[in-house]
Amino acid sequence: MDFTGRDLVSIRDLSKDDILFILDLAAKAMPVARGDRRSRALDGRILATLFFEPSTRTRLSFETAMQRLGGSVIGFSDASGTSVTKGETLADTVRMAESYADAIVLRHPYEGAAKLAADFSSKPVINAGDGAGQHPTQTLLDLFTIRMEKGEIAENNIVLVGDLKYGRTVHSLSYALSLFGASITLVAPPTLQMPPEVLSHLRETGGRFNQAESLESVIPGADVLYVTRIQKERFPDPEEYRKVEGAFRVDNALLANAKRSLIVMHPLPRVTEIAPEVDSGPHCRYFNQAFYGVPVRMALLSLILGKGEI
Amino acid sequence: MRDVKVTPIKNGTVIDHITPGMALHVLKIIGIPDTGVQSTVSVLMRVPSHKEKWKDIVKVEDRELDKSQVDKIALIAPNATINIIRNFNVVEKHHVEAPDEVVGLVRCENPSCITNKPREPVRSRFTVACRDPLQLRCGYCERITTDVAKHLF
Ligand SMILES: Nc1ncnc2c1ncn2[C@@H]1O[C@H](COP(=O)(O)OP(=O)(O)O)[C@@H](O)[C@H]1O
Ligand SMILES: [Zn+2]
Repeated sequence: MDFTGRDLVSIRDLSKDDILFILDLAAKAMPVARGDRRSRALDGRILATLFFEPSTRTRLSFETAMQRLGGSVIGFSDASGTSVTKGETLADTVRMAESYADAIVLRHPYEGAAKLAADFSSKPVINAGDGAGQHPTQTLLDLFTIRMEKGEIAENNIVLVGDLKYGRTVHSLSYALSLFGASITLVAPPTLQMPPEVLSHLRETGGRFNQAESLESVIPGADVLYVTRIQKERFPDPEEYRKVEGAFRVDNALLANAKRSLIVMHPLPRVTEIAPEVDSGPHCRYFNQAFYGVPVRMALLSLILGKGEI
Repeated sequence: MRDVKVTPIKNGTVIDHITPGMALHVLKIIGIPDTGVQSTVSVLMRVPSHKEKWKDIVKVEDRELDKSQVDKIALIAPNATINIIRNFNVVEKHHVEAPDEVVGLVRCENPSCITNKPREPVRSRFTVACRDPLQLRCGYCERITTDVAKHLF
């Protein structure tokens, strides 16, 4: 499978086989990701990380991934202090970056920004989140987490809870889960349900899903509980946010009815939706999940920029 | 057809079978009244029609439309015909046809779409997600624009 020079703008750019190929390589990258083994696979290669919106995990794990493979990183984590504040267009910033680096990782507040960047760049562009749009490497690491922690992706009953309307990770994830044949339960307050276009897409692709408003009732049957933050910054109306903030809280009392093997995931950062007491319990996997971002991004970078070796 | 309400035109264009209610949008598309068009324009709204119950008609003297105007009309009035009149006769008749890909004609309904970011050198680009009613899927943000008439450039 040849990924050399490919862009990754949306999870839909990848077939199921593409995804499995990346996840297989990510599993092989684990010792290097942990620092137990060294790699020079991307020796001399330069990655530009252009972050117009704040991020901790995504940016740091991309940078770690690149450096673990012997490559180096240039970029910014905040557009202030760059010529963007002087009114430079994204198209110009991208053309500058492609002349300095071998690949570009982009996070931007506008939806479709990564697609535009890919149009203007001859070097590969990886979307690290475009506003409320796509964030495909998050989906890959979510799938990797489920695979590593549950052994397989299909045959799981996966509950997605929280902000399903504005939360970009759950849109891409539900699409990918239906590709793998997992069964999905969507839990959200009425105003934050999955957008109709995502639902109709799930229906078209034969995804197995159902919707619920109460988390308690679906916990006993769940294999994976994927919790998302209700993101204040995505709400056009602060009043709408106030009504739903704190709508769901995952704590030990709720998890008392769960299967022993249930895993709890969260793309992080969390606020109050998962109680700290869950961190030390048997279900917590969100910190492992954050780590899995490194091997997954290593696999991707190695496939796009190198020979697909770690 | 009771079409005696308007004096026949010698040369020009008749846009017929316009979806009722869309005549004023068609005028906007062909740049009336802004662009200093001197010719006489007549607009007929809610005319009874054989094919569809009602239709609007726009007649412009001494004018022919360019491709992007015809393409835009196709988006808001998919059954429209463009009739070229020369010396009082219809010499050409075209059915408008909405393209599969709509480039640079419509603004994306999503305000946070990159194509709506000021000064970014990018043309909007949509694929047709549904023909009836028309729904356009943005090639950048993937969101659907449904109110096409309101978002024409
Ligand atoms: N000389 C003209 N002046 C104004 N309108 C005209 C003239 N000739 C034709 N039309 C109008 O142009 C449209 C198309 O004409 P025609 O091809 O004869 O009718 P149809 O499409 O109904 O068969 C009709 O609405 C008709 O009334
Ligand atoms: Zn758009």
